[in-house]
Amino acid sequence: MSQQTSETPPATGQLDLAGEFLDRQTPLSRVRNVLHRYPAASPAIVLIIAIIAFGAINERFLYPNNLSLILQQVAVVGTLALAQTLVILTAGIDLSVGAAMILASMVIAQVSANNGVPAVPALIAGLFAGLAAGALNGFLVTRLRLPPFIVTLGTLNIFVALTLLYSKGATIRGSDLPELLTITGLPISIGDVRITVGVVVMLALYVVMAYILGKTAWGRHVYAVGDDKEAARLAGISVNRVLMSVYLVGGVILAIGAWVQIGRTNAASPNAGVDLNLDSITAVVIGGTSLFGGRGVVWGTLLGALIVGVFRSGLSLAGLDVLYQTLAVGVLIIVAVSVDQWIRKVRS
Amino acid sequence: MIITSADTRGATSPETRAPILEARRLVKTFGRVVGLDGVSLQLYPGEVLAIIGDNGAGKSTLVKCLTGAEIPDEGELFLEGKPVSFKRPQDARTKGIETVYQNLAVSPALDVASNLYLGREERRKGVLGSVFRMLDTKGMRARAKSELSRLGISTLQDVTVPVENLSGGQRQAVAVARAAAFGSKVVVLDEPTAALGVRESNQVLQLIRDLRERGLPVILISHNMPQVFDVADRIHIQRLGKCAATITPQSHSMTDAVAIMTGAAKA
Repeated sequence: MSQQTSETPPATGQLDLAGEFLDRQTPLSRVRNVLHRYPAASPAIVLIIAIIAFGAINERFLYPNNLSLILQQVAVVGTLALAQTLVILTAGIDLSVGAAMILASMVIAQVSANNGVPAVPALIAGLFAGLAAGALNGFLVTRLRLPPFIVTLGTLNIFVALTLLYSKGATIRGSDLPELLTITGLPISIGDVRITVGVVVMLALYVVMAYILGKTAWGRHVYAVGDDKEAARLAGISVNRVLMSVYLVGGVILAIGAWVQIGRTNAASPNAGVDLNLDSITAVVIGGTSLFGGRGVVWGTLLGALIVGVFRSGLSLAGLDVLYQTLAVGVLIIVAVSVDQWIRKVRS
Repeated sequence: MIITSADTRGATSPETRAPILEARRLVKTFGRVVGLDGVSLQLYPGEVLAIIGDNGAGKSTLVKCLTGAEIPDEGELFLEGKPVSFKRPQDARTKGIETVYQNLAVSPALDVASNLYLGREERRKGVLGSVFRMLDTKGMRARAKSELSRLGISTLQDVTVPVENLSGGQRQAVAVARAAAFGSKVVVLDEPTAALGVRESNQVLQLIRDLRERGLPVILISHNMPQVFDVADRIHIQRLGKCAATITPQSHSMTDAVAIMTGAAKA
């Protein structure tokens, strides 16, 4: 059949490949290919520019205590965003992650303060609360085959209600809790920079998850499931098992996030963190992880969380009203998703 | 109701050998719809068996039953003479039957080597692999490379390129290579050229010939008559859920095959 077109080389033998790559190499497409290959590149560039710009506007921005404050502010959202990254990599979304974390934090605080359970079993109880929340979401997504958006919209409300019912709306102060439960708020000084145990916990989680996603078969399967569910299934991957495990691992991470939250606020409050659900999604999206699944890295999410923290701090030090911070974050989200759409055109 | 053409009794008759894969009187119904109505099929070592038929003739149902994607209601499957039954695609795969599906075969964001090893990743030796579950990325890349050159697939030079950066023919080559590299006994290709251009189709056809050269039997499902007559040793024609005939490119012409397929002629 190939004889009909004169340019077509014979089917056998060496075929030249150089011409078969999709992209004409214009400078713009080259940039796009780099961004496509390294999903954390665009948030890294944004973060560096933002730090330089805000430092130029107000030199106090670059003071070590301001930078360490940003890190501390990012610890809770950063941890939750890690759980969120896992779910979004599978082309899902978790609207309930913040509510589940608050539920876990109330479980930890309440069994400790009201039931007199020691610190370690209390943390384990919180871990089980997180796992249960993840298992419920995972069950609904894999067994009832409901879309993650709807499932977690439902469980968001369920977790909020359970938290208020269980805690009777009462906040538990950090002074009523054993030291181990609030240790995540304990400052550690490295030179001039003061970070907290919670920040260290968050960073350690990122290292662990970066390894798991990048270097293990499970991590590769998470990407494959988010990339193309059917192709993953046909390659012999148990899609439901991967999805379930993603929600369970997310449950473990959000339970650790609950511990970080108790230390950060030095309290466990059922009314805390209403914004955390959406803030975690914001960090993931700004961090360059695709909402369509299969593309992104956890370091991008950390950068995304830091970008939000840097914008909030930088704009307030620039003397702008808090509403402008929210405005800026909104613009950032739109820009990040647009950039992602553009990058994904490499595929077509 | 299985009519086998008399012309297959040639000098190099494959029927003198034992079939590698054999299906006997497979029946599969979907509610009231009869997908397969007692279909038998034999695949012999080192041959390309094409399965053709009109839409709804039961081609894909037959293939799904052979590869574990569907469970037949009745009938038996034999692999190298031993009875087998597949509940999931994974069962067929572990027995050495690899399938390439027409467009859902690869994971676009993963690179070539990761795709070849998707679902059967290899871990590092020692503590790194057993405790820390670390993948042997380097080793898998090296083996992917040597496997590709062994299969004579020259279109994939760099195994670290994400599959989404490849052309359609190259993607199909990845899928076929995966099947050929791990399919120790049978490779099944479902419409491998349906989405491809002329040149890319030729690459895939060449790949099929190469597989046969290596003695690996291939089942090819295709709509494309010229391609089927080009590469197939024998052609199984499905019609209305039954095997209407099994012919060879030498015994029948393309027109004959279409006539049998559409019911205009008996085999």
